[in-house]
Amino acid sequence: MTAMRVICGLFAIWLAMLCMPSHAEYGDVVLNRRAEKEGVRPVIFPHWFHRIRFRCKVCHSELGFQMRAGSNDVRMSDIIDGKFCGMCHNDRIAWGPANCDLCHSGKRGLPSGINGGDSTAGPGRW
Amino acid sequence: MPSVAQASTSRARHKMVVALIRCRQLLKQSMLFLLVILMSAGLVWAQVKHLPLAKDQLHDPTNPAILLLQEPGEALSKLPPDAVGNQVNWVKALEQGLIDPRASILPGTKVQVLDLDIILPRTGEMPMVKFPHRQHTEWLDCTNCHDHIFKSKTGTTPGLNMFQILQGEFCGRCHGAVAFPLTECKRCHSVVRQ
Repeated sequence: MTAMRVICGLFAIWLAMLCMPSHAEYGDVVLNRRAEKEGVRPVIFPHWFHRIRFRCKVCHSELGFQMRAGSNDVRMSDIIDGKFCGMCHNDRIAWGPANCDLCHSGKRGLPSGINGGDSTAGPGRW
Repeated sequence: MPSVAQASTSRARHKMVVALIRCRQLLKQSMLFLLVILMSAGLVWAQVKHLPLAKDQLHDPTNPAILLLQEPGEALSKLPPDAVGNQVNWVKALEQGLIDPRASILPGTKVQVLDLDIILPRTGEMPMVKFPHRQHTEWLDCTNCHDHIFKSKTGTTPGLNMFQILQGEFCGRCHGAVAFPLTECKRCHSVVRQ
């Protein structure tokens, strides 16, 4: 009886672990080309959060972000000058560039790239 | 009077019946136990469909500003569900008006939506691909794909095949990274050949 229960329990734990997501949200991008070298945390860009508020075309057409993780060489000075993220992150549409910790919120040591599972060989390549 | 042989058979039969009942009880109990465990696992799963930011292995949980960021579960659990990606059917969310993302931020940007389905017939043994412009142009601008990824004229894009898509070219630019993943064959390969 006890053995049976233990086996059932282990099976259920294994099933539950199989079901649980072990990764970040689909489409989360880590930007760490310069961040850590400059002494700040890597940036985490969540596609899901932005997609609720803006259509893809706003950033990928009007703002000029290439649709390939790693192909946009964005510097903090550009953002302060109102380019790229700075088109909205200017304290008018969204929080301004002085709120470092809100964007630079990643764990130290994270490699740049796209996250969130399900990704195939391509778009995430850096 | 029952003989000795008869008595021993009835004793054996009795033993067998007892064993059978015990076995059934055991089975019933263990099935019940398994059911309870599975149900609780299901409940746990429903809650952790979206990992909290502090546990997603990307965000630094020691960053005090993490508390100011929106949690994915809070935003995404209210949208039409899907089995893949963000577990959200984004096209449906937009069509049903559950989200109203801005289509432009610059004055003078021309927002265009094109309602035109394209059939891609050369798909080997798979059903043909139907590409709906409407759902794509609700989100994207024409220049996001034309002409540097796809030629405007139907059937003239060179090198368009599944291997390239799986490598992140063509449709794979978005599908597999930010739009529904390439495991969902039938969403694109949807037109069965006559």
